[in-house]
Amino acid sequence: MLGKTANGLYWMFRHLERAENTSRLIDTGQRIALTRSSAAEDEWSSILDTAGVRRGFDEKHDGVVSKETAIDWMLRDPDNPSSVLSSICTARHNARLVRTALTHEVWEAMNGCFMAAKEILARKVGERDLPDVLGRLRQRAALVRGATHGTMLRNDIYDFARIGTFLERADNTGRILDVKYYVLLPSAFEVGSSLDNVQWETILRSVSGRGGYRMVHGQQIRPRNIAQFLILDKRMPRSLNFSCCKLRDNLAYLAHDYGDTPPSHALADTLTNQLASHDVDAIFDKGLHEYIQNVLGSLSEIGRQIEIDYRFYE
Amino acid sequence: MENNEIFDEMWGRQQQLREPYQGFQNWFEGEDLSRLRAKQREAEEVFRLTGITFNVYGKTEAEERLIPFDIIPRVISAREWQKLSRGIEQRVRAINAFLHDIYHRQEIVRAGRIPEEMISRNEAFLPQMIGMSTPGGVYTHIVGIDLVRTGDEDFYVLEDNARTPSGVSYMLENRETMLQMFPELFSSNRVQPVSNYPRSLQRSLANCAPPATQGDPTVAVLTPGIYNSAYYEHSFLADQMGVELVEGHDLRVMDGRVAMRTTQGYKPIDVLYRRVDDEYLDPLNFNPDSALGVPGIMDVYRAGGITIANAPGTGIADDKAIYSYMPDIVEFYTGEKAILQNVPTWRCSEPDSLAYVLDNLSELVVKEVHGSGGYGMLIGPAASKAELAAFTRKLKARPGHYIAQPTLALSTVPIFTRSGLAPRHVDLRPFVLVSPEGIEITPGGLTRVALKKGSLVVNSSQGGGTKDTWVLED
Repeated sequence: MLGKTANGLYWMFRHLERAENTSRLIDTGQRIALTRSSAAEDEWSSILDTAGVRRGFDEKHDGVVSKETAIDWMLRDPDNPSSVLSSICTARHNARLVRTALTHEVWEAMNGCFMAAKEILARKVGERDLPDVLGRLRQRAALVRGATHGTMLRNDIYDFARIGTFLERADNTGRILDVKYYVLLPSAFEVGSSLDNVQWETILRSVSGRGGYRMVHGQQIRPRNIAQFLILDKRMPRSLNFSCCKLRDNLAYLAHDYGDTPPSHALADTLTNQLASHDVDAIFDKGLHEYIQNVLGSLSEIGRQIEIDYRFYE
Repeated sequence: MENNEIFDEMWGRQQQLREPYQGFQNWFEGEDLSRLRAKQREAEEVFRLTGITFNVYGKTEAEERLIPFDIIPRVISAREWQKLSRGIEQRVRAINAFLHDIYHRQEIVRAGRIPEEMISRNEAFLPQMIGMSTPGGVYTHIVGIDLVRTGDEDFYVLEDNARTPSGVSYMLENRETMLQMFPELFSSNRVQPVSNYPRSLQRSLANCAPPATQGDPTVAVLTPGIYNSAYYEHSFLADQMGVELVEGHDLRVMDGRVAMRTTQGYKPIDVLYRRVDDEYLDPLNFNPDSALGVPGIMDVYRAGGITIANAPGTGIADDKAIYSYMPDIVEFYTGEKAILQNVPTWRCSEPDSLAYVLDNLSELVVKEVHGSGGYGMLIGPAASKAELAAFTRKLKARPGHYIAQPTLALSTVPIFTRSGLAPRHVDLRPFVLVSPEGIEITPGGLTRVALKKGSLVVNSSQGGGTKDTWVLED
């Protein structure tokens, strides 16, 4: 496979994953703003931080956050490279680059997703239409994922697609935890105020984890359990542990295919082993913030090394 | 022009249904217009979703456009096709012999059949190719011959495309779309398949592998990139052949080979089907500013390390000034009279011809010798006084840049409009593959159709569309 093709596949699926994650965050913001009449601006501000798109937003809007501007920035602003629309456009651009590596179904699903997004997001989305719009976009993205799962050969093409997906997902969950780490600290648990309840719900919603959490931990929302669930629980498909294991597994398939184990593999092994060997108490002892920072740093290092190992660029 | 001067491929000149269209007509009579209108929209949806688009030069991906597709097939009988394909094969054979000759001994010049300056002063002549022997002796691996029809038996070659002819993906996708939408049409008409083309192309390219090849030849398609107007076609062909689609920056010269950067290191390429023009192919040998090519590829080529398809320098054979010599070229190399007719052509570089052209400008079509895409041409009968005057000035200033031809009464075929069938002018580009094993012509080709009533310009860049082209079984 061409290095360029691996690069295109990796970024196609990173951006597709990012589009889904961002739309999930918008959904979360909207739900929380609806259930709380006061301080909605604070909530959107926090959502912008979580999505990691705060700096560009502040430049464009002089740091003044309103519901409309926040939603529009994250949903469809072309100046925001991580807006849902920008992510879908970039994913589709990469898909066009690597079209020969994709099945017809995957390409059509991706192109269909792009065409739908262009149409649905051609103008500002009003509050009334927002849930429907977000739902349709996520469905379109899910169709790409489904077509990929159902029609692609399990070879290096698939491996690079999966590597992009799980790196992005781990990074996304890591960033949510990083922005909200303070509400998960034991002191916050002591407080148990309604404000924190909302914050905890934000976290779970933004990773589509409320149902899963309930199945595992019951109705009681405890910060320690949330941290355990999102960092270490291997059953949770958006947890750091799950995403990193998948990342390592897909690298291992590549190693098997190619008969070669370049340096990125050792980095991924180290990270995965760390996640497997810790329990949540040890993480809190070490400091949650530092721990998450550390994971995020490792993830970006792995990403850089993969680009070198597999000759993404010249 | 009177209506009956124009030959319609379905109805002839006398409104009599022609035999090849009988099967189609039987079907069409039983069809409901509103169902066909829905089908026409459905076809557009298919094209859009599949991304069968062309980019407008210099624009970003927001400007991907669809080439309009017309659902009414154009039908050619087996007998008509046999004659055409004999003529095409003869012509393509002659073109390859001509190319070999002018880059070697130039017998045709020595014999006085072509003036020496037509070669030496021609921009498309590449001195780098002199004395070079191409792998398998093939120069034009892929050729597109543009044909027009003016009557029952009258076909003319309008243009030879010997550089990097495009449009074959439309031939294939148009058929695929028709098969999906109107399967019943294909069970009641026996249409020769076109779907073998990618396989034939792959085999034909592999058969021209260079001496350095080890094992099965590795073929790749070289594209200028995602913003090129024909990018869709490049990726389509690479995909259908099961080969890599590369850009200049994926390639480098290593150990006397051209190699592509893969996830597992550099891997040599044996045959490069390039869709990049000669001048951008190698910044070391041609345009030094080119970022689309591979520095040093020409040196590898000359040393037998790679096959470039089509060979560099083939443009000399499809030049519009050389075109006027094609009947002589065919005769010189095949020893036979040309089966396919040339359109009579006045070379404006010759004073007598120029005088004639200037006197009769309003009845002629004037083309730039190096132009393409229907740009920079004058259609006399459709031109205003001001346009005629402007062209007169251009002709006087640079006569050598122009040729002129009579305005042909191009045949029409029916297209589907809101009110039913309506005749529109068409041309036809069949695709020809050349390898040491022989010449293979796919039965069919790209039919381009001028969608505007009365218009003679079929180019997609100027509002032309395409339609499926059927060659019936015997």
